[in-house]
Amino acid sequence: MKKKVLALVLAIAMVAALCIGLVACDKTPDFRVGFIMLHGEDSTYDKNFIDAARQATEELGLKKNQVIIKTNIDETNECTEAALDLVDQGCDIIFADSFGHGPFMYEAAKQHPEVQFCHATGTGAHDNTDVSNLHNAFASIYQGRYLAGVAAGAKLNEMITAGTINADQAVIGYVGAFTYAEVISGFTSFYLGAKSVCPSVTMKVTYTGTWYGVTEEKTAAESLINQGCKLISQHADSTGAPSACEEKGVPNVSYNGSTESTGPNTYIVSSRINWVPYFKYMISQVQKGEAIDKDWVGTLKNGAVEISALSKNAAAGTQELIDAAKTGLANGTVKVFDTTKFTVSTPVEGLTVDADKHVTSFKVRNIEVVANGEFKESMVSVQSAPYFSLIIDGITQLNTNFGKND
Amino acid sequence: MVKALGKTKFEPLMHISKRSDIEKWKSWLIRIGAGVLGLFVCAIVSAIFTKSFGGFFSSLFVGVFGSERRIWKLIKDIAILLCLALAVTPAFKMKFWNIGAEGQTIIGCLMSVICVHYLGGSLPNAALLVIMFLAAVAGGALWAVIPALFKAKWNTNETLFTLMMNYVGMQLVSFAINSWDTTGHAMYGNLTTGLFPSVGGNQYAINIIIAVVMTIAVFIYLRFSKHGYELTVVGESVNTAKYIGINVKKVIIRTMLVSGALCGIVGLMIVSGDAKTITPSVVSGRGFTAILVSWLAHFSPIGMVLTSFIVVFITQGAGQVSTDFDLGSGAFADMIAGVFLFFIIACEFFINYKVKFNMSHGIFKPLKKAQERRAAKKAAKEIVADNLGDALAADVVEDKISDEEEKG
Repeated sequence: MKKKVLALVLAIAMVAALCIGLVACDKTPDFRVGFIMLHGEDSTYDKNFIDAARQATEELGLKKNQVIIKTNIDETNECTEAALDLVDQGCDIIFADSFGHGPFMYEAAKQHPEVQFCHATGTGAHDNTDVSNLHNAFASIYQGRYLAGVAAGAKLNEMITAGTINADQAVIGYVGAFTYAEVISGFTSFYLGAKSVCPSVTMKVTYTGTWYGVTEEKTAAESLINQGCKLISQHADSTGAPSACEEKGVPNVSYNGSTESTGPNTYIVSSRINWVPYFKYMISQVQKGEAIDKDWVGTLKNGAVEISALSKNAAAGTQELIDAAKTGLANGTVKVFDTTKFTVSTPVEGLTVDADKHVTSFKVRNIEVVANGEFKESMVSVQSAPYFSLIIDGITQLNTNFGKND
Repeated sequence: MVKALGKTKFEPLMHISKRSDIEKWKSWLIRIGAGVLGLFVCAIVSAIFTKSFGGFFSSLFVGVFGSERRIWKLIKDIAILLCLALAVTPAFKMKFWNIGAEGQTIIGCLMSVICVHYLGGSLPNAALLVIMFLAAVAGGALWAVIPALFKAKWNTNETLFTLMMNYVGMQLVSFAINSWDTTGHAMYGNLTTGLFPSVGGNQYAINIIIAVVMTIAVFIYLRFSKHGYELTVVGESVNTAKYIGINVKKVIIRTMLVSGALCGIVGLMIVSGDAKTITPSVVSGRGFTAILVSWLAHFSPIGMVLTSFIVVFITQGAGQVSTDFDLGSGAFADMIAGVFLFFIIACEFFINYKVKFNMSHGIFKPLKKAQERRAAKKAAKEIVADNLGDALAADVVEDKISDEEEKG
């Protein structure tokens, strides 16, 4: 028995020695980037960031050991701990992907002014003026949503022309996560895109109260279909809604990535934010020793807003319509939130409308965001995160959900 | 003959019997062996994904002990899990299946944050912390005593009741956050008041001190107090307890109050000394993990220091393996922790039961033959030895007999 104990002790000692040996040869590289993600790849939201992080760092020629991706980091002090741990490991830039990481990134930014902290979807760079190393980024995804809306409108037109529905039956169903500006801005731009080609379209919105809930999203989509919706889109991260559409044979416009494998006969197109341009930008700025913008907005132009290739289920002629809208958005002849194109009947604090119910003034952070007949979304001077939170005519909310439960 | 009847004789492969006489050192050897074996199996599983066997060990140990910050993180996580395990222990020792520690803790968190929300800034921090402490203890105790009262009065099922109370607690937190935060983000943000002060530059010091004090206190409570004795008797046999005049209902309610109050304290520790905010999932399942920690330590508070270390060690280490090899998902860390804990839990089986293989079973035939050969050789040797020194052998036998007489 003594021999066995001795063998065991020796085995443990060897493992320990191996570890120490391996630690000793693990040299910290000169330049390192750290990423903090709320969940892992199982969430489409985080997967979009993780894939982009890998692609951007690879394209910039960074080695594997120069990139650290931490997943499943809660929106608590754990985020500060994770950021500080990344600083310990020699990271020069640290990026966090979820809104709730904001205040905890700020804590870390205060402690390490020599390291750059970038935070997607957040507003901390505007809220905390005492630090200069905290930066925000978002993308004007409403442009992508608008284009996806054009494809949806074209599909509804096809149904109207074919005589399967009449013009006032052109109802879109939308499965949202929470009653929150990012979602509202998304479905409004989607609706306006559809309306630009199919003027009689209306939309019903329901909120699931979770960013990721296969069952909730599927049930919500089924309920919308039963209420007469002829096309479904969603702002939630699971494949719940697309699978309900496939079962019922209702066209679906997706978000955050293609769901063609879930809905081979119903998927039309999807829009998404591509984070590669931002990651490349922030990394190369630090490598060059130049400052990162306090706030950065990705657009169709810089490649951060993407619309996928159309599937075989799209209506004929959709590509031409999308291309025309894309050109219009790029040269400024098409504006997503063109105030002449929509009306608002529900009064909201800080909102003024004219006699025809067209918006004339709206303030966000005490800054006027309506000018030249356009509601200007995602202005860098205000915040890169979306702030369009008006419910326009033609859109009906079936419920509201301000909570967050995950 | 048997075959002719169309039946084969049933030969069990092994025979399992309970044992209670195992030596301490042997049981610890089994445990350590299981731990080492578990780590090796984890390394093999991880090698499937990472294509590196040694990398698993280096990442694991570096992830936990690699820097001063990581060691403190390990200790502060142990402090929380250990305190939760201590909190659930009195009830479990009483065989009251309280799986509501998660909810009792989140209510402790909520009560603390309510104090900060309405009193923060208008009171000195020390006074605020005292009020938070009282509120958290009251909240946790209340959340625990409700199912206890129902159990004592109407004999309701405490497992379901305490489980459901968890969800009610989480929903209350969601509700509170939503009524405080009107931006639609449903976030409370980080606390600026009502936080534990740093001691000697360490922000987690107070939590660690609480954990040490709580360990000693629960140890004394269970081992030396009348309460501790009573709840142990109730746990062993309710009828015995009744017979010797223990008021069982009173003991159940009192013990749950203690359990809940301790959970409430952990809630305060999470809010003021760890997360520095509140979310509906801020306890993150540790109220359930704590049950595992407590059981593995056989309800011994000192043992829980070790078992909570094991659980935090493997979780944190596996997380680092996942990060180092860019596996991109939290599922890997959970899986590794699961495999490892499986070994740790399963080894208790070998400590409590003796497994004897049935050597007459068919699959042991080759082994048996080898054994027979060895036995024959040995017997041959013994014969030679016997012939060499009969007198010597007789001496040995005599010594043995006299030894046994002395013992008897």
